[in-house]
Amino acid sequence: MADQTLDAKGLNCPLPILKAKKAITALPVGGTLEVLATDPGAVKDFAAFSRTTGHELIEQTTEGNVFRFVLKRKA
Amino acid sequence: MADASGAQSMSIIVTKGTLDWAYPPMILSTTAAAMGLNVTLFFTFYGLTLLLKDPKLRMSPLGNPAMKMPMMGGHLGLPNIMSMIPGVDAGATVMMQDMMKKKGVASFEELRSLALESDVRMIACQMTMDLFEYTLDDMIPGIELGGAATYIEVATQSEINLFI
Repeated sequence: MADQTLDAKGLNCPLPILKAKKAITALPVGGTLEVLATDPGAVKDFAAFSRTTGHELIEQTTEGNVFRFVLKRKA
Repeated sequence: MADASGAQSMSIIVTKGTLDWAYPPMILSTTAAAMGLNVTLFFTFYGLTLLLKDPKLRMSPLGNPAMKMPMMGGHLGLPNIMSMIPGVDAGATVMMQDMMKKKGVASFEELRSLALESDVRMIACQMTMDLFEYTLDDMIPGIELGGAATYIEVATQSEINLFI
């Protein structure tokens, strides 16, 4: 279970990333954030967001049309 | 170049003030800021419109053959002679705004607030402010004035420099 869940379903680029950034910086270092999104562009975008910011993408799954990402806040 | 904290930088010269062209600078600046970059936007000519307190952004299909709206399963463009009719711009603008709302695209105002909130630096070009007779009172708070040299200094310190 992630420490917090962000429901970004129905939101389009770049809102899921912007909301995820806000949510993850509110967590303590090492805290985990689960993001649910329906924007298919989010798959590539969360990978790029993770590589650039260093917040680790520790899980990524798809259920139906919902993409689920779990990010871990970096130090 | 990365600053003392290791953050990279991006600058964008914003020259357009229609609803459609308002999006790329706002989307890129908010996203870059979310990814840890220092971002500066330099607004000049029609880009200044994006800084107005009440921008009332519009768009036009006139002279824009690429603007084809999804309609009844296809895509519909308008011949220029029809785009000239009064009210067509307003109609196209409303249609675009409805479409954006339905598809979960942020409004321009929402993105602009998010940009300011994430410390995107916004510089209004002093020369074009004078040219079009705008004052800082016409503009949203939190912006600054500057000229070409101010922008060039920012650009020399940025990895990414775009012109939109």
